[in-house]
Amino acid sequence: MKLTTSKLPHKAKLLAIAITAGLFSSTAVQAAGELNIYNWSDYMDQAVLDKFSKKYDVKVTYDTYDSNETLLSKLKSGVTGYDVAVPGDYMVKILIDEDLLEKIEGSKLSNYKNIKSELKDVYYDPGHQYSVPYQTGTTSFVVDTDVYKGDINSLDMLFNPPEELKGKINMFRDVNNVINAALRYKGFEICNNNREELKQVNDLLIEAKQNWQSIASDGAKEMLITGDVALSMAWNGMALQARLEKPSLQYAYPKENMTAWADNLVVLKGSKNIENAKLFLNFMLEPENAAAISNVTGYTPGVVGADQYLVAEFKGAPEFTLPEGNPTPQFVPPCSPEVVKFYDRIWTNLLR
Amino acid sequence: MLNKLKQIKEAPIRYGLVSPSLLMIGVFLLIPISIVFVYSFLQPGTYGGVEWTFSLDAYKQFLFEEDFITEELQFTSAYLEIFVRSFSQAAIATFFCFIIGFPTAYFIATRPIHTQSLWLFAITIPYWVNLLVRTIAMLFIIRDQGPLNEFLMYLNFIDTPIKLAYTPFAVSLGLFYSFLPFMVLPIYTALSRFDMSLLTAAHDLYASRWAALRHVLIPSVPHGIYAGCLLVFIPSIGAFIAPDLLGGGKQLMIGNLIALQFQGSRNWPFGAAAAIILLSFILITLLVFSLRKKGE
Repeated sequence: MKLTTSKLPHKAKLLAIAITAGLFSSTAVQAAGELNIYNWSDYMDQAVLDKFSKKYDVKVTYDTYDSNETLLSKLKSGVTGYDVAVPGDYMVKILIDEDLLEKIEGSKLSNYKNIKSELKDVYYDPGHQYSVPYQTGTTSFVVDTDVYKGDINSLDMLFNPPEELKGKINMFRDVNNVINAALRYKGFEICNNNREELKQVNDLLIEAKQNWQSIASDGAKEMLITGDVALSMAWNGMALQARLEKPSLQYAYPKENMTAWADNLVVLKGSKNIENAKLFLNFMLEPENAAAISNVTGYTPGVVGADQYLVAEFKGAPEFTLPEGNPTPQFVPPCSPEVVKFYDRIWTNLLR
Repeated sequence: MLNKLKQIKEAPIRYGLVSPSLLMIGVFLLIPISIVFVYSFLQPGTYGGVEWTFSLDAYKQFLFEEDFITEELQFTSAYLEIFVRSFSQAAIATFFCFIIGFPTAYFIATRPIHTQSLWLFAITIPYWVNLLVRTIAMLFIIRDQGPLNEFLMYLNFIDTPIKLAYTPFAVSLGLFYSFLPFMVLPIYTALSRFDMSLLTAAHDLYASRWAALRHVLIPSVPHGIYAGCLLVFIPSIGAFIAPDLLGGGKQLMIGNLIALQFQGSRNWPFGAAAAIILLSFILITLLVFSLRKKGE
């Protein structure tokens, strides 16, 4: 209510100005710009969008997807109309190779200096020609410690679960995360094309599926909070959000290691609002705005100087603290086409 | 003679009137299906898309799979099982839609004329809400901590929640609920034209209620029942949302198999081939139905 009443006079004024301008000159007042954002679900703060919208007089449209692969398949199938998307590290590389991104020369943005030094030189986009960092985090799983009291820091939880967790497990619907976890559990190399080993992974997943309740990415947090599952694959920020609502939920640090990731803002090929998109990328590199996203999502901002804006829940949160002696979470590059074909086959075998 | 002349004169007008729908069918049905047909004979690109090399691999994959190690082709029943699952789920949904839908339609058709439209209105109200929202609502109702399980536990019928969500049962329930009105409405239309005094006559001739239903009522409305069954059965086979959400992504049906090929598994030709095979099955089903009707 408040919003509409306060906005009305402003609009009326604008209209009056527009009409007056129209009377005096033949050039019409420029319509406000547009920006269409395509992002992961639960990965944005509406207040930040509103702030951007107001500051630059841009109408923002927002839409979501549930995995890097969904984004890729939508773009490959010719979906257009989006200006900005948020692919993960390896997916940036794939999108660049598939010629689906607009070159934006991120290093020329005025806030480029804010980017964390470890994210300045990345394999997937050297020199940030196409992307700038958004948020970073890790992928592992969350266990309800009220249901299972033992040690959770092992991939046994997913592939050879204790009795208490059987039938109460949700896996991400994400080919790479699931297969990489299985490869680590077996002690095999990531991105490997050893047929013998991949067969073992294939069989392991099909065997383990009997103990899984569901394979879904969207709604995984809700399943954990309502108790529909006692274990779900999770990203660390999601784990933090879930724990704040249900303290018995604990983020696992499997001794076999886990995936680290960095999501990035990119401008999609064929965007009709490239200038607005660049404004948005630059806007999101401001520490205050990056921190505002983190405060809602629970992930780590990709820029320096954001810490002072972060809410207290972040300080010393277990979701950000790697236990001593654990291996450093691993960034996973895109695999070769041959390996991708194997992965896709295993994935179909698993889901069918 | 005059009649014939009139017919000839009317023909262009008739074609003129039909042309918008022919155009619609051509542009939005035949062209996309042709594209799907062509794609099903190509090779998959690495990250989705197709490579323009002719290949029958997509159809082979439906029945045979390469051994991981020896690369030999072996017969696999996995995809046939998905088809069987889809057809049986659709059959179950159709059966229950009929069991619930027929009495409902009968009930409405036997109300006073002016209240009938109100009852029909009541049937359609839930369907103003988007299917996705209704399916998620269903998930909330049947989940372990949902109202249904809570209620049963409150009544002491059960001690621990029954696992309903993410099971084949949940998928059946979802399909049943998604398509129920498609059964009720055609049967109602047929029943509303049925002369109810025939039932009285049957009773006068010593027919039991069951006999009256079997030998008088049901045989009088075959078209409504056929239409209702087809309208439930066919969309159920290709249903995508119910198995995806209520089955937890583990109870794959054909619709999900096809969607998966265009998303996670990135094998467009196989997805296209599965779509063509599904389409052929449905066409055969329709042909069988219409031939049987003609035979009568």
